[in-house]
Amino acid sequence: MQEIRFHGRGGQGTVLASISLAKAFFEAGWEVQTFPLFGVERRGAPVEAYLRIAHEKIYLRSGVYTPDHIVVMDAKLIGAIDVTRGLKPGGWILVNSPVRPHIDVTAGGFHLAWVDATGVAVAHRLGTRTHPIINTAVLGAFARTFGMPELGHIEAAIRQEVPVKKEENVAAAHAAYDQVHFLNGEEA
Amino acid sequence: MRQVLEGSHAISEAVRLAKVQVVAGYPITPQTHIIEAISQHCADGSLKARFIPVESEHSSMAAVIGAAATGVRTFTATSSHGLALMHEVLHWASAARLPIVMGEVNRALGPGWNIWMDQSDSLAQRDTGWIQLYCEDAQDALDTTLIAFRLAETVNLPAMVVIDAFYVSHTFEPVDVPAPETVDRFLPPLEPRFRIDVDHPRALYPMVGPAFFMEMRRSIQDGMDAAGPAFDAIAGEFENVFGRRHDAVETVGCEDADLVLVTTGSVTSTARIVIARQREAGKRVGLCKIKQFRPFPAETIRAVLGPAPRIAVIDRNVSFGSGGIFAREIQGALCPLEKRPAVYSYIAGLGGRDITPETIAEVLRLAEETPMPAAESCWVGLNPEVRP
Repeated sequence: MQEIRFHGRGGQGTVLASISLAKAFFEAGWEVQTFPLFGVERRGAPVEAYLRIAHEKIYLRSGVYTPDHIVVMDAKLIGAIDVTRGLKPGGWILVNSPVRPHIDVTAGGFHLAWVDATGVAVAHRLGTRTHPIINTAVLGAFARTFGMPELGHIEAAIRQEVPVKKEENVAAAHAAYDQVHFLNGEEA
Repeated sequence: MRQVLEGSHAISEAVRLAKVQVVAGYPITPQTHIIEAISQHCADGSLKARFIPVESEHSSMAAVIGAAATGVRTFTATSSHGLALMHEVLHWASAARLPIVMGEVNRALGPGWNIWMDQSDSLAQRDTGWIQLYCEDAQDALDTTLIAFRLAETVNLPAMVVIDAFYVSHTFEPVDVPAPETVDRFLPPLEPRFRIDVDHPRALYPMVGPAFFMEMRRSIQDGMDAAGPAFDAIAGEFENVFGRRHDAVETVGCEDADLVLVTTGSVTSTARIVIARQREAGKRVGLCKIKQFRPFPAETIRAVLGPAPRIAVIDRNVSFGSGGIFAREIQGALCPLEKRPAVYSYIAGLGGRDITPETIAEVLRLAEETPMPAAESCWVGLNPEVRP
């Protein structure tokens, strides 16, 4: 079983990204479980969502404390909150950022990747310039960073989940897939 | 077809498949998603039901009571303070012998204001004459809702389908949503035994004096007594149609166990992992999941737990001045046995505090290391720095 934690802000589609990803993994034959941080979500406030994937039925129903990987939807959260808390040594960190995010990877032997999901969303006219909808771009970048699930399953999940601009969202996932940067060029 | 669904929506889907005719609802976290999805089903025509938005939970129960008295299938859902506000009319629903089904999302009551998992809300309604069925996950929630309609309509008593706040209500996971034709085979349209009918007028629910009241109450008890065997029969039919088994009391490895852990709700899933691990390590531990709280399956409890030397009960609730409610019910059920197991009562996970595999292992360790159980329930995981 693998556990992935998502960090974002209320209104950014963090929970929806986790749900869409769960559906994509499910389509790809995985067992899945996803849930938000149990609480009250406020627009702009830090939020978390969690995803478990496994090849057998998932029985564990307590919180996620030591994720295998993390996804950060907003680079400004780094430093404001401890995004790598509990992250297993050797885990991957995917950040939405136009430049290399300031995050210490040496202590935990973490792997770092980043993508300008905000830039991709704006280029595909998803949301507004001040409030771009970035989650579909993040899903594309996730597929590239982790080598799973296949982009086709991401596409299917986006078409199923996103109510408007389905094709623009699929295109954003493709664009982000191609624009992921890897620290030291090391891919998963 | 298997699809990824939120636990709340697993109940909404069951309500759609059950072709419920009248739904009333009022929003409250963490229940709102159930009613929200049903109102959407009503709006888009995928459920041909009358949806009645009301101004309070007391009114939603009153509305479905009125609707059910006309002989139609009804549903509502609530949680916590909403359920507490319904209390008066919960008695009405059962004494009027109306087969209403209600989704109940376990949540604490304030203050301290708390929207998280805690069984105190549903268990506070244990004496209202409602059947209570607790669910482990989203699939269990969907299946139990379908079973609840059959059961309620068989014995003419209302039924509560209870799920954990967030751990089930807000968690997405794969759920097998059956085809409508398959559900129709299991759950035929409601044929009410009595109903308000303007063409055949008669009085319902009049003043009842001491000469008849006690017999009326006894008939509710008879209905509850019939609900136990009825659940077993309906669950058997459910298995034949859908291939999934649901027991009022489910056991894993209890036959040869030195220690049996008793759970309800979503904690059961996590406990399955812990029990399997300890079994692999050579420990003789078993697991007992109680699904049906009302009627309390005392006879089954005596049969499956009676032979065990020790029982550890996890209660996500407390009856102040008494202790863990499931533990107390189990102690009562075991009482007629000549040789009784030692019952260890643990209170954990109140107000959404997480119950992890470590918490469960701690409970098992405490029970193993304590020669004789204390009379009082033991609170697990209290923070000494916070406790006054």
